[in-house]
Amino acid sequence: MNSTLATPIPVLQISWRRRATDRLMTALSILTVLIVLTPLAAIFAYLVYKGVASLNLAFLTQTPKPVGEVGGGMANAIAGTGMILAIASLMGVPLGIGAGIFLSEYGRNRYGDAVRFVSDVLNGVPSIVIGIVAYGLVVVRQKHFSALAGGVALAIMMVPTIARTTEQMLLLVPQSIREAAYGLGISHWRTTLSITLRTATSGIITGVMLAFARVAGETAPLLFTAFGNQYWNWDLRQPTAALSLQIYTYALSPFDDWHRQAWAGALVLITLIVGAVAAVRIAVRHGKLAGA
Amino acid sequence: MGVGITVEHLNAFYGKTQALFDINLAVQANHATALIGPSGCGKSTFIRCLNRMHETIPEARVEGSVRIGDLSVYNGTSATQLRRRVGMVFQKANPFPTMSIYDNVAAGLKLNGFRKRKLLDEVVERSLRSAALFDEVKDALHKKSGASLSGGQQQRLCIARALAVQPEVLLMDEPCSALDPISTGKIEELIFQLKEQYTIVIVTHNMQQAARVAEFTGFFLLGKLIEFDKTEKVFTNPSDKRTEDYVTGRFG
Amino acid sequence: MSNQALPRPRFEAPEPERQGKATLKVETKSAPLLRGHVSGLPDSIFGWAMRLCGLAVVVLLGLIVYELLVGSQLSWHAFGWKFFGQSDWNPVEDQYGALPFVFGTVVSSLLALIIAVPLAVGVAVFITEMCPLGLRGALAFATELLAAIPSVIYGLWAIFVLVPLLRAYVEPVLAKTLGWTGLFTGPAYGYSMLAAGVILAIMIIPIISSITREVLTVVPQHQREAVLALGATRWEMIRMGVLRNARAGIVGAIILGLGRALGETMAVTMVIGNRPEISKSLFDFGYSMASVLANEFSEATGDLYLSALIEIGLALFLVTIVVNALARLMVWSVTRGQPAKGVA
Repeated sequence: MNSTLATPIPVLQISWRRRATDRLMTALSILTVLIVLTPLAAIFAYLVYKGVASLNLAFLTQTPKPVGEVGGGMANAIAGTGMILAIASLMGVPLGIGAGIFLSEYGRNRYGDAVRFVSDVLNGVPSIVIGIVAYGLVVVRQKHFSALAGGVALAIMMVPTIARTTEQMLLLVPQSIREAAYGLGISHWRTTLSITLRTATSGIITGVMLAFARVAGETAPLLFTAFGNQYWNWDLRQPTAALSLQIYTYALSPFDDWHRQAWAGALVLITLIVGAVAAVRIAVRHGKLAGA
Repeated sequence: MGVGITVEHLNAFYGKTQALFDINLAVQANHATALIGPSGCGKSTFIRCLNRMHETIPEARVEGSVRIGDLSVYNGTSATQLRRRVGMVFQKANPFPTMSIYDNVAAGLKLNGFRKRKLLDEVVERSLRSAALFDEVKDALHKKSGASLSGGQQQRLCIARALAVQPEVLLMDEPCSALDPISTGKIEELIFQLKEQYTIVIVTHNMQQAARVAEFTGFFLLGKLIEFDKTEKVFTNPSDKRTEDYVTGRFG
Repeated sequence: MSNQALPRPRFEAPEPERQGKATLKVETKSAPLLRGHVSGLPDSIFGWAMRLCGLAVVVLLGLIVYELLVGSQLSWHAFGWKFFGQSDWNPVEDQYGALPFVFGTVVSSLLALIIAVPLAVGVAVFITEMCPLGLRGALAFATELLAAIPSVIYGLWAIFVLVPLLRAYVEPVLAKTLGWTGLFTGPAYGYSMLAAGVILAIMIIPIISSITREVLTVVPQHQREAVLALGATRWEMIRMGVLRNARAGIVGAIILGLGRALGETMAVTMVIGNRPEISKSLFDFGYSMASVLANEFSEATGDLYLSALIEIGLALFLVTIVVNALARLMVWSVTRGQPAKGVA
């Protein structure tokens, strides 16, 4: 067969301009990635570099020294953060999971839609506004700042996140599993708790941990609820130190020693957050929390 | 021992759509009854009306009466109570994924309040034997999860789980449709044995299966029960032309 | 054609007894265990308990609205709408005008958007359309990691790294090249509206990027293939087949980022300078709504002072709600499968 045509068809060529544009946009995209990754790398580098230098046993076990004196640590702040987070979790986790169960099992209707909408709205409320609300609800009534108020503020922030992730995890459980349980004559509430919830356990726990990690680093809602404290405090109804608050105060101060401690505190905070999330992911993967 | 089922003037609806039209039939105790018919004819809907699973679908409702033994299904008892007397095996095996084999079989008892270990052990073993699964899994009852078994084993696990609750009736909604022929054969043999203790109603797409396993057969078409009689008669000498057309393969 | 040729199959009735084979023994049943009465009460109680939890979520929002409304009453009665039009913020004389804070919030957020949007969309496009598969997970993870860093740590880094950088290198260059615009004049302290905009930009990139990625992934593959089949280059395919379809969703992602920027407190407070003045130059100090709350709320003496601050909180609350609702509407319209208008 003759492979040449009588009148050759001009081959459609992609103009050099279009090709150059394509290359340029690819290069620009790569550039954006590099630009975005730079601060990420820088922040972590500084955290490690400056934080490790100031991290020592004294930092982890001592309370702050009086203003101007060198030394001391953030032990009370670490403990305070733990206490406030515990209070917040005690309130926020059960309520969040309950709301999630409601949305998934009882809320496939317009009431559920309303709750879903409100939940999303709550998620978008700035954390400082939540601090104001907790102030009005707790601090004003008790007439002093307290760890409890801080816990309330953080709990309010945890609930919508946990509710939505719980709902999504429960919806992932196939209807056939629920039907198997109903078919055995297991009552609805028992099915929801022991079958549906149990099947979704690992996902729900991951959701709770993510909410936990998010509020662990919050500062704004604690500014006028927990308020901060120079000393050890184990009383729920008294102002309490928190890691994030301490970092904030020290960063703004004029003292170099406090600046160093702020970096150390930041390193501890980020380690706690990342560590908690990683620990849960590992535990879930190895089946300890899979509900088996 | 099994009990008989009496269905009178049963009509079932999904919202405004009617799926079953005036079904009347009587299932004999301790026999296997097969329900056949083309896709969408209502046989699955019907069987799910017998243990009130139909009403778990939103906007679904039922009119008419169903009696299981001396118990009125829709007026005499709660759905939960009823389902402890009427067991169900579903089309696709659905063992509880996060539970071991033992826990799967024991689930019906444990989650309804029975905790006595010795009793549970007994019932689990008995149920697994009845489902012809015990020998295959007896060494790994607590170690293997329900979902780690093969398809045929999973379905037998589901049968064991249903039997552990000690029902009087066993409903099977196309239990072998997702299984290979060897597993299907094992389960059919099981049904053969189970007939002596339970009343079995089995929905099947497979006419030869109905013929192998059931003494009685009902033919459904477009939500109506066209014919219900001894299996032999339905397949060799059906009364209704539509039955004959389906059974000889002219449609469906 | 009639099918009379089909033979009538002969099925045999099942055999009453299987010969020979030692079949399994179905053991005789003992008395059934589960025949007692089942109460519907636990089901009811549980159902209502769960509904109560759902209701609690709504109540929480109600509490927030209530507290903000009640707390701001005093200030509202005192100043009315002029509260947001006046620039005089004077706690000593109990005169409160919130305009500088509104200005600061708006300008810092807009600046953040201008910087963040091209970067975030660029990253999203790269990850979904250009990135080799193996790298995709790592890059996505890295951008998620940015979202996990607490605001106060961003602020810490901004004070000790970003601000000196701006002061020493960036601001002089900007003053020299773009000083004629009036945006980059005045003494360069580093702490400035510019610094606030930059750190905010870094903070909102992850959310804009991840929503954009979601929206881009939802664009059906056949849209891309259709454009490629016409002989387009990869960039042209992205521009015409993907971005155009996902337009509404990307706008939604941007607005979501805006919502986040409006409410951001700590990092901004630490670098914006905290002086309530309105100024054209980005080098000057500013003050945002969230920042004034952070700085002055716990020290507010006097009911009117506190009420004015709460009114600022109320305004912030309302603005972020509206912005977030708008954003979610736009993202929802794309990811729910409805086609974006104006397909190529």
